Amino acid sequence: MTNFLLAAAEEEVHSAVEAAYTSGFWAEYAWIMLVIPWIAVLGIIFFGKRMKYLGAEIAIGMLAFNTIWASILFILNITKGVVYEGAVTIAEIGSNLIFELGWVVDGLSIMMYFVVSFVGLVIFIYAVGYMKGDVRVTWFFASFTIFAGSMLVLVGAPNLVQLIIGWEGVGVASYLLIGHYWEQKENSSAGMKAFFTNKVADIGLIIGAIMVGVTLGTFKFSELSNAAAEHADSLALVAGMIGALLFFGAMGKSAQFPFHIWLPDAMAGPTPVSALMHAATMVTAGVYLMARTFPLYQNLAEDIRPWMVAIATITLFAMGLLALVADDIKKVLAYSTVSQLGYMMVAVAAGGYTAGVFHLFTHAFFKALLFLGAGSVIHAVHSNNMSDMGGLRKDMPRTYWTFVIGSAALAGIIPFSGFWSKDEILVTLGHEGYTAVMWIAIAGAFITAFYMTRAIMLTFHGSYKGHGHPHESEPVMTVPLIILAGFAAVVGFLNIPGVEFGGRGNFTQWLGMREVVMGDHHPTAPDWGMAAIGLGAALLGVLAGLALFARDKATQQERDKFEIPALYPLLRRKYYMDDAALGLVWLIKAPFARAIDWINDYIIDGVVNTMGFLTAGLAQLVYGGLDQRGIDLGFNAFAYASGGSGERLRRLQTGRVQQYASVFVGAAVMFVIGFVIFG
Amino acid sequence: MEWFDTWGLSLIVFLPLVGALLVVLLPREQEESHKWISLITTGIVLILSVVAAANFDFGAAKSFQYEVNESWISAIGANYHVGVDGISLPLLVLSGFVTLLSVIYSWNHWEEPRNPKAFLALMLVLLTGMNGTFVALDLVLFFIFFELVLLPMYFMIGIWGDKSERVLPVFGKTVSVRLYAAIKFFLFTLFGSAFMLLGFLALYLNSADTVAGRTFDIPALIARAPELTMLPVAGWIFAGLFLGFAVKVPMFPFHTWLPDAHTAAPTVGSVLLAAILLKLGSYGFIRIAIPILPEQAKQWAPVIAVLAVIGIIYGALACLAQTDMKRLIAFSSVGHMGFVMLGIATLTDVGINAAIIGMVAHGVITGLLFFLAGSMSHRYHTRDMDRLGGNQKLMPMLGGILAFTAMASLGLPGLAGFWGEFMALLGSYSPLDGLSLGLFRTAMVIGAVGTVLTAGYLLWMLQKVNLGEPKAEWDDQKFHDADKFELAAWVPLIVTIIAIGVYPKIVFGATTEAVEALVKTAFGG
Repeated sequence: MTNFLLAAAEEEVHSAVEAAYTSGFWAEYAWIMLVIPWIAVLGIIFFGKRMKYLGAEIAIGMLAFNTIWASILFILNITKGVVYEGAVTIAEIGSNLIFELGWVVDGLSIMMYFVVSFVGLVIFIYAVGYMKGDVRVTWFFASFTIFAGSMLVLVGAPNLVQLIIGWEGVGVASYLLIGHYWEQKENSSAGMKAFFTNKVADIGLIIGAIMVGVTLGTFKFSELSNAAAEHADSLALVAGMIGALLFFGAMGKSAQFPFHIWLPDAMAGPTPVSALMHAATMVTAGVYLMARTFPLYQNLAEDIRPWMVAIATITLFAMGLLALVADDIKKVLAYSTVSQLGYMMVAVAAGGYTAGVFHLFTHAFFKALLFLGAGSVIHAVHSNNMSDMGGLRKDMPRTYWTFVIGSAALAGIIPFSGFWSKDEILVTLGHEGYTAVMWIAIAGAFITAFYMTRAIMLTFHGSYKGHGHPHESEPVMTVPLIILAGFAAVVGFLNIPGVEFGGRGNFTQWLGMREVVMGDHHPTAPDWGMAAIGLGAALLGVLAGLALFARDKATQQERDKFEIPALYPLLRRKYYMDDAALGLVWLIKAPFARAIDWINDYIIDGVVNTMGFLTAGLAQLVYGGLDQRGIDLGFNAFAYASGGSGERLRRLQTGRVQQYASVFVGAAVMFVIGFVIFG
Repeated sequence: MEWFDTWGLSLIVFLPLVGALLVVLLPREQEESHKWISLITTGIVLILSVVAAANFDFGAAKSFQYEVNESWISAIGANYHVGVDGISLPLLVLSGFVTLLSVIYSWNHWEEPRNPKAFLALMLVLLTGMNGTFVALDLVLFFIFFELVLLPMYFMIGIWGDKSERVLPVFGKTVSVRLYAAIKFFLFTLFGSAFMLLGFLALYLNSADTVAGRTFDIPALIARAPELTMLPVAGWIFAGLFLGFAVKVPMFPFHTWLPDAHTAAPTVGSVLLAAILLKLGSYGFIRIAIPILPEQAKQWAPVIAVLAVIGIIYGALACLAQTDMKRLIAFSSVGHMGFVMLGIATLTDVGINAAIIGMVAHGVITGLLFFLAGSMSHRYHTRDMDRLGGNQKLMPMLGGILAFTAMASLGLPGLAGFWGEFMALLGSYSPLDGLSLGLFRTAMVIGAVGTVLTAGYLLWMLQKVNLGEPKAEWDDQKFHDADKFELAAWVPLIVTIIAIGVYPKIVFGATTEAVEALVKTAFGG
């Protein structure tokens, strides 16, 4: 377990800080967090149906256990700092290729353990209320647990191969959960779309991993980081390629343009799935991979970083625009997620490791909150469409206020968490010299505030347009909202420049002793100028949203009045990206696949059958008067084939001995020929 | 365990034959006895194989163990030479394992015209052929076992196969599906083995100048590889071996017997065909063609790699065009065996290890898929995916297992299928020195694209078969979910898929040293 983090730890010891890092029981046995989800899955599948909450108990118990464990690690990390890496070998090929499963405990993974377990726990509890009376509650919690468990395997991975295992497990779980209501074809298709889009991107991840493995002789992240930090020659040659390929893989999971197309459709699943997927378990995986391999991009793969920035910038801006015209409240949130992932990615790509990861952290809380809030509303009005909502703030006060807090955090309103993390991204972009991108990101902040204001206005203000009388959700759903709202409000304080907690600085320091290997910029004092610009853009967005949507309008058309005639259809059609993707799939499935099938039946088999018939004809000609059954296999085949079935069976059995005899005769002939030729 | 060292392998090979004889001798009415004899025989064979694995000296996995070498046909120097090393051991265990499960599954699944006696006897003969091929260390012995496999499978397809008829494209001739498939399977393989036999003979004749010195012995021929590979006719010999093995694998463009044979075969026939028979070809490459003629292997490697990736893409696209569920699974074998052959073509220890674990994984995964397809068509009396749908609702357990197996088949990491694909691609990134990097890396990328298409057709199949609402035609029918015999046959496969996926050392522990030694002997370094 040579680890660059440990190397850092030793330096710390030399600088006379007594035992700066610990490992200890909680880190050495952290593998338990990665293993118990799978035991829980088996427990749910085999015993869930007989339990009171149909297996949810096991899932929740497992995540509660993990939350406690992760919290202890979190606290240890804040106070003392924790670093540990362990592994077991699962295969050795020759002497130089070793596959391992293991667990890594450091600032980054502890943060992820905590987010996945804690946010997951809250969502799981909420799901007990939300899924009550569903067709397949037990199966839902089993898949949900696979989802969380795969993500834990992913974030705990000390090497790329284990990361891939968790990565694909997350993909499968998302497929199962998006297609939870698989009786309707559009739902299972949405699941397939997610899996398939990700699978395309995975080509990059797999080839990238292979290149790392072959170049370094190991798949370990720590070795990769070390080699990158030392500018190892062998790695330097292919670093750009590896960087590009890993990023390609990350683009799929983290829904970067143009792989974002799966995410909005993923809304087909139950709302808790969306919450988990957008907050903790799926879309953050790509950003996590970029953070985990950050030293590679920082030191060797610098050339491709501008390209990454460009893609992330397109994502954060163009996808935000799509949220402006969506009527489905979950789609508004989905596009906002894509846009926010653009922010995280642009930060990491520009060199802001902390900024990107910190935004991932805060986003997990407020996006989970927003989805659960949306779920609460959907639960009450039985529709996803905001055109069926309106005026709900009076009937659903807890949902309303928590949703407002979540929106404020997302929009970047001070003092909520999103403000701090977005501000750090803007500062990073400015510092790294991406000025134009920075201004686009500021414009993105305006759009974010705008569409969230629109969503709040359409959902909670004005008059109710749906059917029936909506009620506030029960406490099992609202209490999670309140807890998440609390976190969404305050977690931003953890990384205010210059403000410290515990004993080891703030969030920036907790993410590992990065200054040894990584050199990302982190300001020591707040940049109030930038904060004012970012906040100004957000407030402007809120005002614009209020101006356009504060007054209640009857129809969708009227409410989307702001539309720019040329842009509106483009946005409604999602830039025609979906049509293009569907066209491609159709092209592969219909003409290509059919052509291959045709070639198989008509060309290749045509040749085969022609040979059979020719041989048969030739044999007929040559041995016409002789025992045809005995010698001419090819002919007999078709003779039998055209005969009656009962008769045929009998003949098949009796004629066979002679045929096989002829085969041996044939073999003997070949022996002779062989001797003649080679003897 | 003295006796085991000398008799163990022979028992593993010939005990099934004894069982078959017993089955044949008992009167036809005593079905229960037939079943029990088959079960006990295959059970003992599996136990013996496991004992062989347990006593196997993994530290010396590269050398042949439990070796027996007795003079047999002294006139041509053919010996009864058997033994296992790390390469054949996993395949030997696999063949006993899958056959035992097939017997269990057969317990209450008989296709018309029933006749368990004949069917079980054939299955046992098949087991002898398969096990014999994996332990044979003499070319004549190998050839006999290799060919022995043909007959039982031929009868299985021809007698118990699909009863419907189809019209041949181009010729417009109506043929019985099962007879056409059986003949095609037989002739295709025979065609290949004819050339393979010529290759064997040429190796024999060139193994020494004097008659007395000539040998069919595989280890002896490998020892003489440096001279053999320099022969002027060596290229032709390799071509002959290539044809014989490539038909069996099957590689594009020799694959067209496979979808027909698989689709027509009875369930157990498809299972054994996919799980074991296809591996005889790829095993032949590793055991015979590459170590005896390494230089030719190097020359042919690009050809094999190109055909392998064509097979991967071609198989996947063909799958997407199928409407018959069983035929889809059959075509998927073309793609999966493409990965196996891509691994072999790299001529590296990584690639060949990938091929072996790929073979084992394909054996358990596709074997299970065919079991499932068989059980489904048993219940629905159709394999047409347009008529199926909502299977998950009608039979939740069977549907769940089908979904799991499809996931395994698409190479999900953490399950058995992943390692073969991933390592085949890994091997292609850095093939043996001297092979074209450009070609193999292109093959790697195309292979990776193939994994996407593989996911595509399997998910598409799941959607058509498993998901959605059941069609109206099944409304009044009662479906019984997986029964205990089915579960007894399937659960061990599921456990194996997970076990190999999480802990691939189960296979690599045996193979890695043997493969390393093989590559070192053949290509130096």
